[in-house]
Amino acid sequence: MRRPVAEDLFTWPDEPAHLIGSRCGACATVVFPAQDGCPKCGAVGMARTELGRRGTLWTWTSQDFLPKAPYAGPETEDDFGGYLVGYVELPEGVRVITRLVDLERADVEIGMEMELVLLPFRTDPDGTEVIAYGFRPAA
Amino acid sequence: MTDVAIVGIGIHPFGRHDGVSGAAMGAYATRQALADAGVQWKDLQFAYGGSLASMLPGNEGSGSGTADTLVNELGLTGLQFINVSNGCATAGSALAAATQAVDSGQFDLGLAVGFDKHPRGMFNADPASAGIGQWYGDLGFMVTTQFFAMKLNRYLHDHDISEQTLVKVAAKAFRNGALNPNAWRQKPISEEQIAESRLLNHPLTQYMLCSPDEGAAAVVVCRADQAHRYTSTPVFVRGVSVRTRRFGTFEVFSPWLSVEETESPTVDASRACFEQAGIGPDEVQVAQLQDSESGAEIMHMAENGFCADGEQERMIFDGETEIGGRLPINTDGGLLANGEPIGASGMRQIHEIVLQLRGDAGPRQVPGDPTVGYTQVYGAPGIGACTMLTR
Repeated sequence: MRRPVAEDLFTWPDEPAHLIGSRCGACATVVFPAQDGCPKCGAVGMARTELGRRGTLWTWTSQDFLPKAPYAGPETEDDFGGYLVGYVELPEGVRVITRLVDLERADVEIGMEMELVLLPFRTDPDGTEVIAYGFRPAA
Repeated sequence: MTDVAIVGIGIHPFGRHDGVSGAAMGAYATRQALADAGVQWKDLQFAYGGSLASMLPGNEGSGSGTADTLVNELGLTGLQFINVSNGCATAGSALAAATQAVDSGQFDLGLAVGFDKHPRGMFNADPASAGIGQWYGDLGFMVTTQFFAMKLNRYLHDHDISEQTLVKVAAKAFRNGALNPNAWRQKPISEEQIAESRLLNHPLTQYMLCSPDEGAAAVVVCRADQAHRYTSTPVFVRGVSVRTRRFGTFEVFSPWLSVEETESPTVDASRACFEQAGIGPDEVQVAQLQDSESGAEIMHMAENGFCADGEQERMIFDGETEIGGRLPINTDGGLLANGEPIGASGMRQIHEIVLQLRGDAGPRQVPGDPTVGYTQVYGAPGIGACTMLTR
């Protein structure tokens, strides 16, 4: 069994996946994840929209200590190896927070081309695999 | 410009104080401020206070309830006591509210106080408290220091500032902290130790990031035309401002950012403060800026108008922000050397500026008899608060 880490973050289960945002009908602002009211102009009824799968890295950092709760990753202090995070700028004009995967920190460059990927995050006690999204260097 | 003066200041040392509750530290700082002004608790007509520990997860049993619990220690006099909760900008907001209470003519004499007592380790926050889905915490994004590092990495990239500049800011903080008997970290730390300490969030190492801790600070404020009753060395609040984020700023706990970029709430608060005071950034002689991490001090130098983006590296390498430099910044060691008891942190800045303007800062006194000082705090989820103080 597999499940997404949250409903409505990305299309599921058909791949290729897209992140799900929403677009304001009045001012065209795009946000992620989807919400109803527009944070820019206050209009209600933002429309759900699937976001592009490719973008560029806007900024990044490393997470080199094991976060406290509410972090729900599988690691312990003993085996935590760190991970990379960043914001990727998508063509719709929104920068989304993400894990950066298949990437060594020495190779990270602001502005590099990235693409969306789904990846296993952890396993629930009942054996269900929890799936998250991330971005990796574009092929 | 306001017609408000600070006539008493008090502080409980920052750091770790096992067995001392947050409220006890708040009462300690308050009593010291009262004694400094030569007034009694029963003389105060109002208080604004902030203590956030009771609202953060993992803080149960800290003995740090909401700020108004102070009345149990200090006396049930019936005064107006209003709790303030504005993240790391809480104390700046409390002083703003206290200033406005006097300036409005409603009250003559009151208190602004902040205290907190946090458990060891980085803050952990609940995504729901920030209006974000649980997934954000699950995946490991609910970490304030990630935000600091990501804002900083973009800034360093855009303005070509070296990581060595971050090292120098931290080294200055610990040097200044060593001159401050109320600081948590009172030992200088070498640039090599800072650079080689454990990496936490690239490029920030352990000694470049402040840690939550414990402490309290308080100030007594009054009508400026009555200040002479209480002290021969009043410090006047010339400007005080609080601003929240506008659309397009880059703030902590953001699942997304707009490509439409807007200046930070610190920029907005700073401009309002300078305008209110009728004093320009070039006239400020000592400043306390929010240095949650080394890079925050660097970015806030520009956000508060003290330099252009990218000028910081030269200023810092030339020693301009040292005690004795052109614009001394974080003369008491800042957050890096004092840690951050959230409710108290901004009040510590005010306390330090008052000491400096009185000429009472001892071994860390800024030379040249400074008369104009400035403070700035930044808090989640996008709050800037600034004050301009003059002698």
